[in-house]
Amino acid sequence: MGDENKPSQTPKLDELEKGPWPSFVREIKRAATKSPMARDLLGVLELSYEEKVGHWKHGGIVGVRGYGGGVIGRYSDVPEKFPNVAHFHTLRVNQPAGWFYRTEALRAICDLWERHGSGLTNLHGSTGDIILLGTRTEELESTFADLTKAGFDLGGSGSDVRTPSCCVGPARCEWACYDTLNFTYDITMHFQDELHRPAFPYKFKFKASGCPNDCVAAIARADLSIIGTWRDEIQIDQAALKEYTENGIDIQADVCERCPSQCMSWNGKELRIADEWCVKCMHCINAMPKALRPGQERGAVILIGSKAPIVQGAMLSSVLVPFMKMEPPYTELKELVGKILDLWSEEGKSRERVGEFIQRVGLGNFLEAIGLEPKPEMVAHPRENPYVFYEEYFEEEPEAASETEG
Amino acid sequence: MADTVAERKTDIGPPHYEKFLPPVVKANYGKWKYHEIVQPGVLVHVAESGDKLYTVRAGTPRLLSIQTIRELCDLADTYSDGYLRFTSRHNIEFLLTDPDKVGPLIIELTTRGFPVGGTANAISSMVHTQGWIHCHSAATDASGIVKSVMDELIGHFQTMELPAKLRLALACCLNMCGAVHCSDIAILGIHRRPPKVDQEKLSKICEIPTVVASCPTAAIRPKRINGKETVEVIEEQCMFCGNCYTVCPAMPLSNALNDGVSIWVGGKVSNARHAPMFSKLAIPYLPNNPPRWPEVVAAVKNIVEVWAKDARKYERMGEWIERIGWPRFFQKTGIPFTKQHIDDFRHAGLTYQRSVHIKS
Ligand code: SF4
Ligand code: SF4
Ligand code: SF4
Ligand code: SF4
Repeated sequence: MGDENKPSQTPKLDELEKGPWPSFVREIKRAATKSPMARDLLGVLELSYEEKVGHWKHGGIVGVRGYGGGVIGRYSDVPEKFPNVAHFHTLRVNQPAGWFYRTEALRAICDLWERHGSGLTNLHGSTGDIILLGTRTEELESTFADLTKAGFDLGGSGSDVRTPSCCVGPARCEWACYDTLNFTYDITMHFQDELHRPAFPYKFKFKASGCPNDCVAAIARADLSIIGTWRDEIQIDQAALKEYTENGIDIQADVCERCPSQCMSWNGKELRIADEWCVKCMHCINAMPKALRPGQERGAVILIGSKAPIVQGAMLSSVLVPFMKMEPPYTELKELVGKILDLWSEEGKSRERVGEFIQRVGLGNFLEAIGLEPKPEMVAHPRENPYVFYEEYFEEEPEAASETEG
Repeated sequence: MADTVAERKTDIGPPHYEKFLPPVVKANYGKWKYHEIVQPGVLVHVAESGDKLYTVRAGTPRLLSIQTIRELCDLADTYSDGYLRFTSRHNIEFLLTDPDKVGPLIIELTTRGFPVGGTANAISSMVHTQGWIHCHSAATDASGIVKSVMDELIGHFQTMELPAKLRLALACCLNMCGAVHCSDIAILGIHRRPPKVDQEKLSKICEIPTVVASCPTAAIRPKRINGKETVEVIEEQCMFCGNCYTVCPAMPLSNALNDGVSIWVGGKVSNARHAPMFSKLAIPYLPNNPPRWPEVVAAVKNIVEVWAKDARKYERMGEWIERIGWPRFFQKTGIPFTKQHIDDFRHAGLTYQRSVHIKS
């Protein structure tokens, strides 16, 4: 920054340029060589490092015409000191499924962001979007125009369908039990309106993982978690097992004894799996990818409701459909989601995620409202308390009386 | 308005992923047979067809300048025919078909400061959030702590000698952008002072019923002060979640004297072996001590080292703790167990020890 003879304006941040892990301070400084915004970001961040508090204010409503989401408004609370970041709005740009790029596409984004913003990005944000970090209100429309010209569109924010994301799936992973990329692209397009125009009680996230390893943390981070699985037998290549034993895997100790279902046996030559007890956890397959593969009858478990703590506490998703075939055009799933969104939009309270909504009305009632049968796979165990609700009860019929009268 | 909207391109959605798949991926899409880890940070996927795809994975700071993205694009043009991808944990991956280019690419990445690794039984890049760089509700910074922790633990990124994978994550407030609540070790920014109501501002910019309804513990009550409708906070009932501040900017919680960091352990999202688990509280509070947060770095390092030494092969943090029990966890790590460790929110009773199964 600035004149070489002057002492550094950012002594605290300079400390974070040292050390072997790639430095975000170096990134901000790199952008600052061209962008006054990045220069002032450095200044405001140094101030936060001195004072141990942030200097950003709520955004209010900013965005591009016709969209209600995709831009996070942000203003500095010290604009006099750092006028170039007085506005510092962020655009969420919907990433390609699986986060694959050709360099031309990334360069196009760099070029437009050089013209319109701070030159700083996150690859990627927590929901999965490309994050373009920091620009002024008056730049939003022109940035958006250049983005669509480059073939990109905004992602979600606020109380809308958030940008769906997925694992690398069949593009590179032999364990993918359905086509996570195709599915993610398909529902992203299906829900464009819901994604760009917030109209729900709160956010709604989709995450698609191809197998129970759940590389995109769908079970912890998505209102609707679609996790690949199979329901026939694990495919075994007995010959390849030998290779693993020769390479230091102790199949008995490392695989059989670690199986949560205790459904595997190894006699030194042959591996047997009692598939009817297998819970499809992936451990054995992870340990020996050359020898074991998921079965051939593949689909996904559909789970619902996970979220971070705000408002009523953190939740993991729980089973809604124990097994669903996942083939385009995903009609069964779309119909189910449609019913869920309708019900929750109608009856959910403001800032109530669908998981919290289900807790409030009860999973049983929720299932009834969306037309799903209760199944034992949906619960860890049946209720322990006897406080059961029945909507109706019988009354003694006044039969005798009516007879005498007749 | 309607006609101008029609002129613009809207709702085009993301580019179709197929445009960005390398030819070898397109040719073998859904037909991968198995993979091997050649060395830390290098995977080879073998297809039914016999084709091989080499992936070189490197850590990034997540916050990237366009200058650096262009530099990474240059590398992709030279080594991987202009194709690259990112992982859910902010790693960059180059997809190569020529095994002879793997070595030179690793040298380029390493000299340019991008460590290669993050595969198998390693620490992968930390999922993290915006912190003081961009967020209004941050109780701590994100990038600064991540940088400091990873500087210390980078050895475990570049090797694969841990008992199992170790997933680290950071969120700078309870909103938890990022799956920190199911991580092996989570660093979470916390506020510890109730919101200070800005009476003047509140009556102008916030709706009182919304503010009152936002509080999960009913700590906010409507109140009339000097003839103005505003609210008051019953401070003993506040657990500093920040939800009121999210709906009403006149309820700020941030405070340099009280904000800081908590550490959570033993969560996972993968179903492998043990079912997914939440992380549990290990250290209720550590101070914000920028630029390098030495207390946080030391605490994380200690937990990693104790686990790495003690866990059995394949045992994730949470699986290890379940085997040895929480008393041993606190004993072995030397972390004091306090009142704050005991849950007192809804269903807290389910977390009490309701048996006499006690290891002594
Ligand atoms: S979730 Fe499963 S299918 Fe998807 S990338 Fe991870 S291991 Fe592969
Ligand atoms: S997938 Fe898991 S439960 Fe099934 S056999 Fe393998 S280790 Fe056992
Ligand atoms: S975790 Fe909290 S402070 Fe951090 S980016 Fe998310 S909302 Fe902002
Ligand atoms: S911070 Fe949370 S608990 Fe405290 S008053 Fe606000 S909403 Fe209530």
